[in-house]
Amino acid sequence: MKERITLNHGSGGRQTNELIRNLFASRFGMNEPLTDSAVLKKPEAALVFTTDAYVVDPVFFPGGNIGKLSVCGTVNDLAVSGARPEHIACSFIIEEGFPLDDLISIVDSMADEAARAGVRIVTGDTKVVGKGKCDKIFITTSGTGVIEKGREHIGSGSRVRAGDRLIINGPVGNHSIAVLGARNNLSFSTPVLSDCASLNHLTACIIDKCSDIHFMRDLTRGGLAGVLNELAGMTGRGITINESAVPVDEPVRGVCEMLGFDPLTLANEGKLLIVASARAEKEILRRLKSDPLGRDSTVIGEITESDKNMVILKTSSGGSRILDMPSGEQLPRIC
Amino acid sequence: MMLMKYIDEYRDRDLIMKLAGRITASARHDYIFMEVCGGHTAAIHRFGIPALLPENIRLISGPGCPVCVTGTDFIDKTVAYSEMDDVIIATFGDLIRVPGSSSSLEKQKASGADIRIVFSALDALGIARTEKEKKVIFPGIGFETTAPGTAVTIRQALHERIENFFVLSAHKVMPPAMEAIVKEGTSINGFICPGHVAAVTGSSIFRFLPEKYGLGCVVTGFEPTDLLQAILMLIEQVNGKDPKVEIQYRRAVTAGGNPLAQKNIREVFVPSDAYWRGFGTIPASGLTPGRNYDRFDAEISMPVKVQYHEENEICICSEILRGLKNPCDCPLFADICSPENPVGACMVSGEGACSTWYRYKRER
Repeated sequence: MKERITLNHGSGGRQTNELIRNLFASRFGMNEPLTDSAVLKKPEAALVFTTDAYVVDPVFFPGGNIGKLSVCGTVNDLAVSGARPEHIACSFIIEEGFPLDDLISIVDSMADEAARAGVRIVTGDTKVVGKGKCDKIFITTSGTGVIEKGREHIGSGSRVRAGDRLIINGPVGNHSIAVLGARNNLSFSTPVLSDCASLNHLTACIIDKCSDIHFMRDLTRGGLAGVLNELAGMTGRGITINESAVPVDEPVRGVCEMLGFDPLTLANEGKLLIVASARAEKEILRRLKSDPLGRDSTVIGEITESDKNMVILKTSSGGSRILDMPSGEQLPRIC
Repeated sequence: MMLMKYIDEYRDRDLIMKLAGRITASARHDYIFMEVCGGHTAAIHRFGIPALLPENIRLISGPGCPVCVTGTDFIDKTVAYSEMDDVIIATFGDLIRVPGSSSSLEKQKASGADIRIVFSALDALGIARTEKEKKVIFPGIGFETTAPGTAVTIRQALHERIENFFVLSAHKVMPPAMEAIVKEGTSINGFICPGHVAAVTGSSIFRFLPEKYGLGCVVTGFEPTDLLQAILMLIEQVNGKDPKVEIQYRRAVTAGGNPLAQKNIREVFVPSDAYWRGFGTIPASGLTPGRNYDRFDAEISMPVKVQYHEENEICICSEILRGLKNPCDCPLFADICSPENPVGACMVSGEGACSTWYRYKRER
């Protein structure tokens, strides 16, 4: 019979202890003795701190699972702030009856992704709730990173100027459509995989070599349209985007046409927007394209002096219109 | 993927520019055309078509967004049903955020009512099949495009003797509202006619417009080249003083339409007087389940009473729906009224003129 998580695994007794030691601590490489808190060295530069909860449904989707997502998402929040991610804390809320094998796969993915990103999972917590009190498994991760002096503007966009170029690192919408497809058993002629990936090596390869980066943000919920509108609002500048320059994979475009979604508003888990001065454009593209996660990087538009606080989309048909902030719930529980 | 190849041909930039150039060259006077269908309003703005047209061509939105023309009392009735213990409301997603006089289905859902989003009436019937101890109410909304689906579902419910499925019908037909607009004297030079309605009814239902009122009609599709070609055809009709019904959307529409869909509508529904927001009651413009099917009519099998409420007095949805005003003429637009906080129905529906303007055209 399939082994399942029971309320005993969260009771704080022997089963909890076994689960922590045999599964979490061993896979995450935590050292004995296991203590209540991780002790971290005081960094030489400023500390960056972030947290995020993951409730994606289904828990396993093409291209990833909730565990991988919970590491990538937090690593990316730190990376796009201009920081070097270092430590992660994770907390699990598990529904009674959740298959143990699934939990092992999820924890393995977290350990793999942490190793790939070069971060350490240093502390955590596990709770088990009764059947029906949560949906399978929810994970919260918090992370710390270190930001070198002179990079604080990357998160706030305070150096963004008219004429700056907007760059993204590849096609948008894949994560949302992969999750939607898995949830509704949609079959695609070409499989759509989530783009779920840690971007910290990619961001490091440009910010370490190039001082002209004025803003970075990952394109998660709200998608490209959400981030562009936030940027326009934060900087008070205008933004012009060429619709035909924004890469969208063919199957994603097809599903969007059928279901009435705009790919520019769909969530991604391995895409980011970079705003940089025009003179750095070539150098940044060259560096991004040398990394597999940036192979399809491209310039999609620029910052303008006109149309303040607004995002204007030059449509593929040759017209133009506002690209608005998405409103309401497009697709629930995609991350 | 074949699908996108098929669509891309209708979005060909060179062809679009060529059509835009021909429109500019042929547009000798001022023209006002009404796009009746909410889907057209959304497509026109999504593709940025107004930016391609010369200034002497104005497009105004009509009454063809089903959510927008549905009265507050209809929403109030769905809310009243949702408060009953043994009722499941199975609705199209479009309706869920439409404000009634005191609540919306979205708010009802948050406070515990059993409200489920379905993509067709048949999905609602499926819920009725599995949840036999509950009453499942499907708010039937839409024009001749969605009415056949509801009709087929009601026939299926009869065939399977399903007794816990009901329709609250706000289904409407298009021509009486178009006639009401013309009779009111709204200044227009022609209609961009709804392609999907005409795919069901045939283009012949619009014949009375050129014959009785001298107004041209072009039935068109939803891609940029469709819309631009339709505008060009209307300009040529006006220039040649030759109003008629033309079909641009030949890949989907014929003069006679889809006889099977029409037969289902005729079999299940009878014409009834219907309330349209902005117009009031228009005779014979609604569709209600007829005698053999009236046990599926929620209003007959489980009637509820709701109080009549006036619409917000400042909101100009009713004038927008009749083509008399634009969303930006409204003092509430993009200020008090937004998609997050809609006052009138035109801001709620993705096909509503206000919501479309808000998304694509605000403050430009």
